[in-house]
Amino acid sequence: MESILTNDVSQSSFFKRLTWGDWLFALALLAGAMFAYSRYADFMDVYEKGFLFSAVAVFSWLGWFFKPMRLLIVGIALLSLFGINQYQSELARANQAFFLKYLFSSQSAIMWMNVLFVLATVAYWLALLARSEFAGKVATALTWSAVLMGFVGLMVRWYESYLIAPDVGHIPISNLYEVFVLFCLITALIYLYYEGFYKTRQLGAFVMLVVSAAVIFILWYTFGREANGIQPLVPALQSYWMKIHVPANFIGYGSFSLAAMVGVAWLCAERGIFASRLPKPEVLDDFMYKSVAVGFAFFTIATILGAMWAAEAWGGYWSWDSKEVWALIVWLNYAAWLHLRLVKGLRGAILAWWAIIGLLVTSFAFIGVNMFLSGLHSYGGL
Amino acid sequence: MKNPNLSTARAFYELFSSMRFAISLLSILGIASIIGTVLKQNEPYNNYVAQFGKFWFDMFEMLGLYDVYHTAWFLALLAFLVASTGLCIYRNTPIMLHELKTFREHATEKSLRAFNHQNEYAFDGSADDALKRLTAFLAARDFRYRPVAQADGATLLAAKAGSYQRLGYIFTHVAIVVICIGGLMDGNVPLKIEELLGYKAVETRDILATEVPPQSRLSPANLSFRGNMTLAEGTTGNVAFVRIRDGYLVQELPFTVTLKQFRIEHYATGQPKSFESDVEIRDPELKEPLKATISVNHPLTYKGIAIYQSDFQDGGSRLEFNIWPLRGAAHEPGKMQSNVFKDFTLGEGDDALKIELDDFRMFNILNLSADGKGKSHNVGPSVTFKVRDTQGQAREYLNYMQPLTLDGRAYFVSGMRAAQNEDFKYLRIPADGENSLGDYMRLRGVLLDPAMAPVLAKRMSGRMLEGQNANPEMIAKFESSMTHLLEAFARDGYTEVANLLEKSVPEAERDKAAEAYFKIINSAAFEGLAMSREQAGLPALEPDARAQRFVADALNSMSDLSFYGTPFYLELNGFEQRQASGFQLTRSPGKNLVYGGSVLLVLGIFAMIYLRERRIWLLIKPESQRVLFAMSSNRKNRDFENEYARYDAQLQALFKG
Ligand code: HEM
Repeated sequence: MESILTNDVSQSSFFKRLTWGDWLFALALLAGAMFAYSRYADFMDVYEKGFLFSAVAVFSWLGWFFKPMRLLIVGIALLSLFGINQYQSELARANQAFFLKYLFSSQSAIMWMNVLFVLATVAYWLALLARSEFAGKVATALTWSAVLMGFVGLMVRWYESYLIAPDVGHIPISNLYEVFVLFCLITALIYLYYEGFYKTRQLGAFVMLVVSAAVIFILWYTFGREANGIQPLVPALQSYWMKIHVPANFIGYGSFSLAAMVGVAWLCAERGIFASRLPKPEVLDDFMYKSVAVGFAFFTIATILGAMWAAEAWGGYWSWDSKEVWALIVWLNYAAWLHLRLVKGLRGAILAWWAIIGLLVTSFAFIGVNMFLSGLHSYGGL
Repeated sequence: MKNPNLSTARAFYELFSSMRFAISLLSILGIASIIGTVLKQNEPYNNYVAQFGKFWFDMFEMLGLYDVYHTAWFLALLAFLVASTGLCIYRNTPIMLHELKTFREHATEKSLRAFNHQNEYAFDGSADDALKRLTAFLAARDFRYRPVAQADGATLLAAKAGSYQRLGYIFTHVAIVVICIGGLMDGNVPLKIEELLGYKAVETRDILATEVPPQSRLSPANLSFRGNMTLAEGTTGNVAFVRIRDGYLVQELPFTVTLKQFRIEHYATGQPKSFESDVEIRDPELKEPLKATISVNHPLTYKGIAIYQSDFQDGGSRLEFNIWPLRGAAHEPGKMQSNVFKDFTLGEGDDALKIELDDFRMFNILNLSADGKGKSHNVGPSVTFKVRDTQGQAREYLNYMQPLTLDGRAYFVSGMRAAQNEDFKYLRIPADGENSLGDYMRLRGVLLDPAMAPVLAKRMSGRMLEGQNANPEMIAKFESSMTHLLEAFARDGYTEVANLLEKSVPEAERDKAAEAYFKIINSAAFEGLAMSREQAGLPALEPDARAQRFVADALNSMSDLSFYGTPFYLELNGFEQRQASGFQLTRSPGKNLVYGGSVLLVLGIFAMIYLRERRIWLLIKPESQRVLFAMSSNRKNRDFENEYARYDAQLQALFKG
């Protein structure tokens, strides 16, 4: 009883609520970073050293804030290390060694990610249509494992790039194939967080549609275009900025897609479609706001980082390059969205539609620009 | 009576500072900026004319669509946005700051009961005890509170948390203004104004920087600019060119830049890996020159001017050529040496030809495998040049220095096209045993010189008819038809031979005849080759498969010579590369404002999203022994509802206990 006076369980300070598991996790990350530093410090510039240790802080916090992340990160680490170890520093083993050929070579791992995401989508729809708790649980599990395999794929790919040639090696977020994988992973992760936060699985059916669409693109890109290979970086991309600019951007893109799909759900519910199955409108509305807000924050950061990078690579923080302009348009669009909600106190249909249109604008800024417009960002091209 | 001007001013103020206005501006700005992404900016103007035609070209130029982002109207839009946001800040900041400070301790019981988040609890024990518990309750939830004694002896606890959310608004919007101002400073607004006032005029002529008149020059004192400078290795520059619309301005620099060396490194696959320039900065204020290496992503900043690696080209490499004649009997190459961007003339009078050397490339990454599946690799240097006749007609050529290996055999390859927009047509000349052009050119000298036809015919007859005691007229007949045939080939290769067939052989027998002719020409060519080697004092070739192939290839390329267009072949046989590096130079004082504003923007946004302002009032009434609990927030959302419900439950528990 008196505890009510001394603290409010659900409010007491973040750190008080950390378990020893949390601290162990953080220590493990730190140890990993130390090891990497001791081995590879000579190959990193001062910024990359900074990133290495900031990563410890960031991922510790992520794990504390969103507990399942701890398990995910540990899983990624173990499987990636296993895969890398299987290579015995020979790229050819990718299609010889059993574990690489069928599971952990970047191509196979990412292919697993694709399959699992599609299965997850199906399962989420089953759960929604059949109101099946079990199918929902399966869907969540599938999504988690897809995320796991996807990240393992990227990690191993990172290593593979160094096997091709030391000077070719680079973080795998540099071409359209790689960032699409990143997009799937980040979108799914943000969704999984809110799935826990709102204790609802019904929205997976909608959100996973976007992810599956991205998966289809990856498949087309792999088999139609055979563009899934690792390419050396053009000089403009050889910069530590890429390591922060690109992920920040995709947290933005991911959240915006999430918001749009929740918008779709909202509109369905309003028209009585799945109304009885979906969460209450105010929950959807809140969900939509939260993901737009997060997306907006990170997209702002990403754009600023982009400007700083441009200042270094192209000689001007703003060149009115097509990509920059469309980033601005996306940003203004969501600034307007937030105004309508926060200032005018608007809710519901208009915002839902606006979020959906927002996704179209965002997709154009993401892919359209590379496909249809010319500019300094041409390397992302199809 | 009220002043009408004042009220109109008021109305403007209302409009400008209104959200509607801001949002509309945002939308217009968004749409306007799309133009620049669909219409390619800052192209050479004649491209636009070609694309849109005169009428629309003028139309678009009037609207400044070829450089949208620097047109007066676009900048005006930005200015409006700044004004509007500025006014908005001016208008809302006092409110926000007041909200940030106040505890709203003047709330009355009546007003509190009007809240839709309020509840009432009975407590036993003293009011002081209740007060103690409630202050503890608030403190535990990070609420700051202020107790206010009421007239009726009751006590009001006015509490709040998350007030700094209000700063979020101020930060984001000040940030917008700051960023825009920084941007306008760097968006050469000052220059725009000078241009409007006629102090500055864009130079459109292609003349030396030193000859550009003062009204097209910018002094080193110029606060902000963004220009380009191209330096050949070993040269020095002290100006940058600022491209504006269809012309440029000359930006004088407070120092000189010397390019010592430019380097390109390649990956094993051939793609470029790095572009690096070793430069020296000279400046009276420096004791000795400042040495530095500039590369992509690693600019050099000196005196507030940042120098970036932007592109590269040839800087006038020295090239040596063998000039092989492709007409007549001559078959010895002439020598010539010149530099890229220079030109020289061959022949005189009406058939004088001007050779303009356009570019030299050290590396050419090509994929020569027939199916295109094989690996690309570097096939070595190449030169591109134009050959212009006295009428000014030009053809463009691309010659590779070393023979390229195509389906297993080595050829000297030269591309030719009559117009820029065409693809190159390629002439393949088989390389001889010494990997040189010698045999081919000698053979050409024999076969494509009509005068040589009879001589060859004689040698042929000698060889083919010897032994079988042929009578003179038969020999004469043989030789004359042979001469005919070779003359035909000399005139225009196989095409002419085909014509000969048409004329002299009846339909039915043509195929057989063609085959015979082909054989004869081949062996004649072989004879010619042997003959030319004799004359050159070279050992005879034994007629193995390789020699056969060589002759066949040689004959094919000879029949192609007519399309090739020039009476000579430029063989690049030596070079001394000289590269030029392209730099971008910028001075952008607005940059710091923009970065500062950006930080502010991020802070502000996070404050707005992640801080939630909430207020709690607890009215403790001793005589009725009741506590009135009311809660409110400027953002009514789910989190707030949950929090209210939680506190309500906790307070009930607290007073039941
Ligand atoms: C360049 C134009 C503007 C931009 C880019 C902009 C941007 C923003 C952003 C990013 C937010 C925060 C949304 C969030 O919580 O994440 C916001 C909120 C807000 N903006 Fe603007 N804004 C602009 C102009 C204006 C103008 C002209 C007004 C004048 C009425 C205004 C009034 C507000 C208000 C009242 C809020 C909400 C503050 C709160 O409730 O905490 N904004 N704006």
